Amino acid sequence: MKPARVVITGVGLTAPNGNSLPEFRQNLLGGVAGIERIEVRYMGPQLAGVCHFDPLKYQKRKEVRVGTRAGSIAIYCAREALADSTVNFEQLPKDRIGIYIGCTEHGNVETENEIYSISKFGYDTKFWSHYHNPRTVANNPAGEVSLSLGITGPAYTIGAACAAGNLGLVHATQMLRLGEVDFALCGGVSESIHTFGIFAGFKSQNALATHEVPHKASRPFDLARNGIVISEGGCLYTLERLEEAQARGARIYGEIAGYHINSDASDYVLPNPRRQVECIRAALQRAQLTPAEIHLVNTHATATPLGDVQECEAIREIFGASCPATYINNTKSYIGHAMGAAGALELAGNLPSFADSTVHPTINVDHLDPQCALPGLVLNQPRKIHQVDTILNNSFGMLGINSTLIVRRFIP
Amino acid sequence: MTKDECKQLVLDIIADIAPDEDLNDVKPDVRLRDQLQLDSMDFLDIVMELRKRHGIEVPESDYLQLSTLNSCADYLTPRFNAIPAKG
Repeated sequence: MKPARVVITGVGLTAPNGNSLPEFRQNLLGGVAGIERIEVRYMGPQLAGVCHFDPLKYQKRKEVRVGTRAGSIAIYCAREALADSTVNFEQLPKDRIGIYIGCTEHGNVETENEIYSISKFGYDTKFWSHYHNPRTVANNPAGEVSLSLGITGPAYTIGAACAAGNLGLVHATQMLRLGEVDFALCGGVSESIHTFGIFAGFKSQNALATHEVPHKASRPFDLARNGIVISEGGCLYTLERLEEAQARGARIYGEIAGYHINSDASDYVLPNPRRQVECIRAALQRAQLTPAEIHLVNTHATATPLGDVQECEAIREIFGASCPATYINNTKSYIGHAMGAAGALELAGNLPSFADSTVHPTINVDHLDPQCALPGLVLNQPRKIHQVDTILNNSFGMLGINSTLIVRRFIP
Repeated sequence: MTKDECKQLVLDIIADIAPDEDLNDVKPDVRLRDQLQLDSMDFLDIVMELRKRHGIEVPESDYLQLSTLNSCADYLTPRFNAIPAKG
């Protein structure tokens, strides 16, 4: 039996350079990055992508205090996505809605805060918060969304390092096709900038970006790139089976055409272009598309010296010189690496290409690394092309998890 | 410390843990839970903040003493006054 067609009907997001899809897209086309310096505990000023949405738009002050930053981000994105979908939420059976949220990590922020807090009391654990466990359980961001919206269907997170945003969408697609739910809120979130550990970890790995000008710090494919800019963010979608979406007259952003998830099984942190190639090829096969039929490839590239070259190696092998209608871009050059939100945010930034036939560029490339000189790479200025019918979105993560998601223009 | 000062310290804590609540008209003899949106986790917050801010321990067996502002004042004022002066 042919699997049900699944479509994207709503988008809610917060990124360091925009709190809605129109604002985010406008800044991607206008070359507006969103990186700033923040004070990180024990480390001093660090470059980071910070989201400036108003949590009180959808939460009471007490909910913000009791919950987590990831929860606030998830609630904001979920409610924005629902509003964008124009679905009559009140009429949806709440036990038939699934919430599937990708996370790179969760709980580090809250644990660090508590350890810091009890350090002021001689590390006496009687000062440890009774909120620690509900804040740090891995399902926290999804659970906070279910509480906020009264959704009683399955609500959980998907831990998949920096591939997690894509996995949220993939998992929701699978659950809709299995008939487990009738409506899904899915994507990814990250609160990572509020933990010093991730900064210190990347710094110890010599993978933390530095630059005098914050907006120029995240520079994938540039010869002078020197690492990752860590960001927070979130992007959740409403996904529905085509039949139901059409029945309610939903606006359709695009259709999930194909996906694949695999594992390197080779290293804790180093990517593996062989497995990346296999992942992309398997996603193409599922979508029944050839490489030449992909019009836009959004790269995962995080601006580490080695990682960018390896991904380019994988993309070159598949798309090479024989795909003249394939254009390639990168979104981290604007917003840094939003970790669990990255894949979902980066897809969102490209979805409007179906309508405006424009590929947002990769910015901050002053001197293109010859090893990253892919044909079709769109640098520094947006490029209007004939038509965008297909978007291929790569997201890879530590411990060697790879994901490729392909979305196509909706054609009834 | 007077009982009124003690009530104000309790209200200061509640203002932080229940920031959406209007505390201008809290009735001193009505259970706090019956007039404010406070749940059991919030009461643990009150206990925690008394411990953190003022060094006062409220054992679980005494939690009922924190039901109303008046009972808080009756229970806590002697404890505040028993704290040795600093310096």
